[in-house]
Amino acid sequence: MHYDRDSVEVERTGRHVRLARTQKYQSLDVPAEQQLPGGRRRPNVEQTTLAAYQNDPKAGHHLHFEGETLWPDDHRYTGHHWGLIIDLNKCTGCSACAVSCQAENNVPVVGRDEVRRSSEMHWLRIDRYYTGEGADVDVLYQPMMCHQCDNAPCETVCPVIATAHSDEGLNQQVYNRCVGTRYCANNCPYKVRRFNWFNYAHPDKVQNLAMNPDVTVRTRGVMEKCSFCVQLIQSAKLEAKRRGVELADGDIQTACQQSCPSKAIVFGDLNDPKSAIAKATESPRCFQVLAELNVRPTVGYLRVVRNREGGEEHNHHV
Amino acid sequence: MSEATMTESAPLVLGNKTLGAVTREICEPMERKPNSLWWAAFCVSSTMLLAGTIAVTYQVATGIGTWGLNRTVGWAFDITNFVFWIGIGHAGTLISAILFLFRQKWLTAVNRSAEAMTIFAVMCAGTFPLIHMGRPWLAYWMFPYPNTRGSLWINFRSPLVWDFFAISTYFLISLTFWYVGLVPDLATARDRARHPLRKRVLGFFSLGWVGSFKTWHRYELVYLLLAGLAAPLVVSVHTIVSFDFATGVIPGWHTTILPPYFVAGAIFSGLAMVLSLLLIARKVAHLEDYITMRQIDPMAKLMLTTGLIVGFAYATEVFMALYSGNPYEQFASINRAMGPMAWAYWTMVTCNVVIPQLLWFKAVRSNLILLFIITIFVNIGMWFERFVIIVISLHRDFLPSSWASYTPTVIEVATLIGSFGLFFTCFLIFCRLLPMISIGEIKGVLRTHD
Repeated sequence: MHYDRDSVEVERTGRHVRLARTQKYQSLDVPAEQQLPGGRRRPNVEQTTLAAYQNDPKAGHHLHFEGETLWPDDHRYTGHHWGLIIDLNKCTGCSACAVSCQAENNVPVVGRDEVRRSSEMHWLRIDRYYTGEGADVDVLYQPMMCHQCDNAPCETVCPVIATAHSDEGLNQQVYNRCVGTRYCANNCPYKVRRFNWFNYAHPDKVQNLAMNPDVTVRTRGVMEKCSFCVQLIQSAKLEAKRRGVELADGDIQTACQQSCPSKAIVFGDLNDPKSAIAKATESPRCFQVLAELNVRPTVGYLRVVRNREGGEEHNHHV
Repeated sequence: MSEATMTESAPLVLGNKTLGAVTREICEPMERKPNSLWWAAFCVSSTMLLAGTIAVTYQVATGIGTWGLNRTVGWAFDITNFVFWIGIGHAGTLISAILFLFRQKWLTAVNRSAEAMTIFAVMCAGTFPLIHMGRPWLAYWMFPYPNTRGSLWINFRSPLVWDFFAISTYFLISLTFWYVGLVPDLATARDRARHPLRKRVLGFFSLGWVGSFKTWHRYELVYLLLAGLAAPLVVSVHTIVSFDFATGVIPGWHTTILPPYFVAGAIFSGLAMVLSLLLIARKVAHLEDYITMRQIDPMAKLMLTTGLIVGFAYATEVFMALYSGNPYEQFASINRAMGPMAWAYWTMVTCNVVIPQLLWFKAVRSNLILLFIITIFVNIGMWFERFVIIVISLHRDFLPSSWASYTPTVIEVATLIGSFGLFFTCFLIFCRLLPMISIGEIKGVLRTHD
């Protein structure tokens, strides 16, 4: 076979095209001209060095919520309490989790123009931050999805209770009930809620074959977000019941967990002391993002440890 | 010009009018054919309303995506306009209820139109929570009504539900209060009506008013009671509106100063709007003898006072944020003043704090053109105040990865224009259909009755 083509020339057009991108070159540092003492760096991704880690496994840990809570402790999780932990040391930022989440949960693909308008619909995104200056730059990846907070700020503000807490600790979004005030998304400190700005679903027979029949396709005007793959939780529970056995740790694998090549994501029952997730929460590297707000997230992360000399990178406390 | 008479002893109504002259002069604008100025204003305002209606129709048919909102900024023009209009209404209630209870006689000439303004402003405000919904056709789910959905009920913890109650209460009480105040004047208009249909319609709405001593006595009692009911709303409504933000976790929202700050701002913006409107209306409807410096001057002073409270609130907010030791709050504050949308913050400060300082001078307060320009600045500034609180707080919150910007679309701008169109169209119709000044009450403050 023979391929042939004309010669190609590259020339300057003078036109500019705005790139469509969901992550920019953001830093954990707030812009230099807006820094105040103590507020230079956002503490949402923790990292330390191997030397500091060997000295103190908790090195790089920030202050977390301290003080009295006004919330009565009257919502105990007696059955399951689902949680998820991501080892940031293992995460390579490959985005397989984001893609599998999109496929599993029928998350709309909105296209270039909507991405330019910061209206992408990802339930799971990979936040990317750069630290350092010049040639000495580190990159930090932090998969970010709904934290299924036990004290969820989104739940209290919804006027029609379209988002409510389950007795297994899931923050459930009820599409049929949602009227679309977007108050929940505004009040979400993690900004993981996604609003259907348009009707994204089309009556396209071929395209619809790609849809997951176990997950509702959302209409316009409703809010959606990570559900911890509630359909997989339900089917695993039903399967265990059908077989007459207890639900075992590892029976439920969320879509992001299944597709993570480095096995950085662990999902499971926080109430089961033998589960992998319960062990992961006991790791000295475990931290939670924005725990200082007392939202009590059930998603945790394991701190990044850099294999290099030097002390702990100094992060300011909140 | 008669504006020079500003002392307390100056008559509230100029020109030594007889009772008959007062009735005739106030009823005239609604009995004669509208002049060309009115028609011009009506054409402009109804065109604005039409533009807004087209924009809203398109938005409801297509989706909220026609607005410039994104995953980070979930409210912008919609809730800014809502809070702005709710605020505008507050001066009407302050004048017609609180100042009435304090027996401030000067308000007599302006309370009718200020109260009308309240009602139209609440109507404008009410459209925004409705159209900002993703599925506005399900708005009735905000009502706590018995339904067949089992235990499904509204969320009494949500400030949006409190808003719903606050605003519907405000609208109903303002409307009742306004209507009760109108009854004697509707009867006057009925008695002057020549056309039988006009007589019938006015007769229906004047509820068989006969003007006997007993009727007047009961009327005044009811009016006083309604004023007492309406007075707390001046404080409560905007307090509850501020809870939308104050109960949130977002830095810049999560602050206890918002309720008093919002109430002062509401009265400030409302007085500015009352003055803007009245300064035009007195010229257009030839009511210079009724709306004099005796009304304009105290309103300008009140505007200065509330403006100072608002300025103090801005300073306190910055101090509290910087002093809190909370880097998120500190950043939110710095980001307002120095971030990418700092221009909105400084527009707000200039219009609401710097420019109103001119009102310290009597010469400025009595220069009606200058005063009108100042009121317009205050209106702009107060709109930006809400924009600053909502958009600048949202666009950069906790996680830098989610920081985004916001640019309004044509649809949003048209919707804002449309709300002004609705407001002015209603006000112009009001000027034509109803007596702009309370005939019954103004007669009580004529010099001859002192």
